[in-house]
Amino acid sequence: MNIVVCVKQVPEPTGTNRLDPASLRIMREGVDSVLDPADEYSIEAALQIAESQPDVNITVVSMGPERAMEAIRRGLAMGATKGVLISDPALAGSDALTTAKVLAAAIKRENPDLVLCATESSDAYTGMVPGGIAQHLKMPLLSYAKKLQVSGGKASIERQTESGFQKVEASLPVVVTVTGSINTPRYPALKGIVQAKKKPVDQLTAADLGFSPDQVGEKGAKEKVLGWSPAEQRKAGTVIKDDGTAAVQIADFLAKLKVI
Amino acid sequence: MSKIMVFAQLNGGQVQKVALEIITKARSLGDVTAVVLGQGAAGQAALLGQYGASRVLVHDDTAYDQFLSEPAADTLGTLVETEKPDLLIVGTTYDGRDIAARLNARLDCGVITDAYEISLEGDNLKVQVPWYSATTIVDVTLQGGITRLLLVKPKSFAAEPLEQPLQPQVEQISAAISDSARRAQVTENVVQKSEGPRLEEASVVISGGRGLKQAENFSLLNELAGQVNGAVGASRAVVDAGWVPYSYQVGQTGKTVKPSVYIACGISGAIQHTVGMKGAKYIVAINTDPDAPIFKFADLGVVGDVLKIVPALTQEIKQRKG
Repeated sequence: MNIVVCVKQVPEPTGTNRLDPASLRIMREGVDSVLDPADEYSIEAALQIAESQPDVNITVVSMGPERAMEAIRRGLAMGATKGVLISDPALAGSDALTTAKVLAAAIKRENPDLVLCATESSDAYTGMVPGGIAQHLKMPLLSYAKKLQVSGGKASIERQTESGFQKVEASLPVVVTVTGSINTPRYPALKGIVQAKKKPVDQLTAADLGFSPDQVGEKGAKEKVLGWSPAEQRKAGTVIKDDGTAAVQIADFLAKLKVI
Repeated sequence: MSKIMVFAQLNGGQVQKVALEIITKARSLGDVTAVVLGQGAAGQAALLGQYGASRVLVHDDTAYDQFLSEPAADTLGTLVETEKPDLLIVGTTYDGRDIAARLNARLDCGVITDAYEISLEGDNLKVQVPWYSATTIVDVTLQGGITRLLLVKPKSFAAEPLEQPLQPQVEQISAAISDSARRAQVTENVVQKSEGPRLEEASVVISGGRGLKQAENFSLLNELAGQVNGAVGASRAVVDAGWVPYSYQVGQTGKTVKPSVYIACGISGAIQHTVGMKGAKYIVAINTDPDAPIFKFADLGVVGDVLKIVPALTQEIKQRKG
């Protein structure tokens, strides 16, 4: 079975992303970047499938600047088989629409039975890429999985909903997006980190996948930024230290607001 | 007059509130056509008219409830191709996002996610989007194509009925749903009921985070919620840890709440959480760490132990109520 996991190198998500006023893109200079923590769950899900059945290949695919290689190496260190890095200056500034198209073209070459993605990236949060990939690859989409089982040519998930969850299944090949409650991702062992350096990584350009430079990147993007302004921020109120009367003080505050 | 198409999603046969919020906004932009797909679709037309839909397209077919994303994306895609609306607006729900992502690829149109202010003058579309966990407001537009696709999160606009409701023209969609769209099959729906008001509707929300130490301590929040007719929410960390179901999650990847009072218990205030709650009128925060970011914008911050303060507060309120 061939599993493809889509990953992304993102600015450290515990920090606050900023807009670069010149390029109107995410400021990447002077910001630590990491494998999107949301992607660790999809890599772990793939590894768990590989451990439960024979002959599973896991390919980690990323589109991004050269430094996205770090995300791929991290996936390989966790235990994936090989990597595909789509990196090309022409792709800079691509929107979700283009990203899905380019990723789908790269994924198709791997002849996947299962494509795993996070539900959304932890920098742009559009959540539009996995569904786009499914549409381009003409595959069903099993989304927001908090449980995943793959056997007998079928994928079954528990999918989170607004009011609980639903059980959903589809025949392979299929695209699955996973949430943070699906598993506990492993930490790469030293041995894995060493091995990762020797694992194969294909490097592709937009042209390798059949895209001309004006179809992709900034030029191909439909979304254009017109301008920006800082959002209004809330101001701090009173901060007290609990001296045993905190509950009374909170109750007074709530009474003033007529909550009680 | 601009043509605005709104996908009015159903939940259990009822139009979701986010659809009414979107239609309220859409009626100020142009002529609104609502599309309703699934069982009970036709019965929703009058309600949609109250909020400003002048035309309602319905397709009452169980396939929309039985299979994920593809039947709805196929029907909407065909509708957009024939009707050529200026905008197609979809609510950001789990289903809405899946469907919009497919449409984005199929129609090769642009998409703006998380639109919270929209203006459309002639062909000029300008949408305000909060970026970077709502620290920056960005004005964006979409180029090329006829129909532009927007996603709108719940609570981005107020739902306001018209004083004089429209009597919408109701049309049946005749398109059949192909077998190839019947692939991701829903075999069971599980509703996890919680007591009290719904999280999105409650005027008081009490949310818990890591500071509660363990899952069992969420019962302290339930008891407090019971005293103030509140709903209980949670941070992503504790939802991922499995302490409470996903339906509790407030924040970037969870729900957006705008209660009168939000009481954050043992929540540090990571930006991915605060983006879902800073629309609250008042914020009360309890945390042991005096440097927790949440104290920078709480109206009342208490440095102390939630496990002591919350039960004491419940007791205090009980006493005051007599």
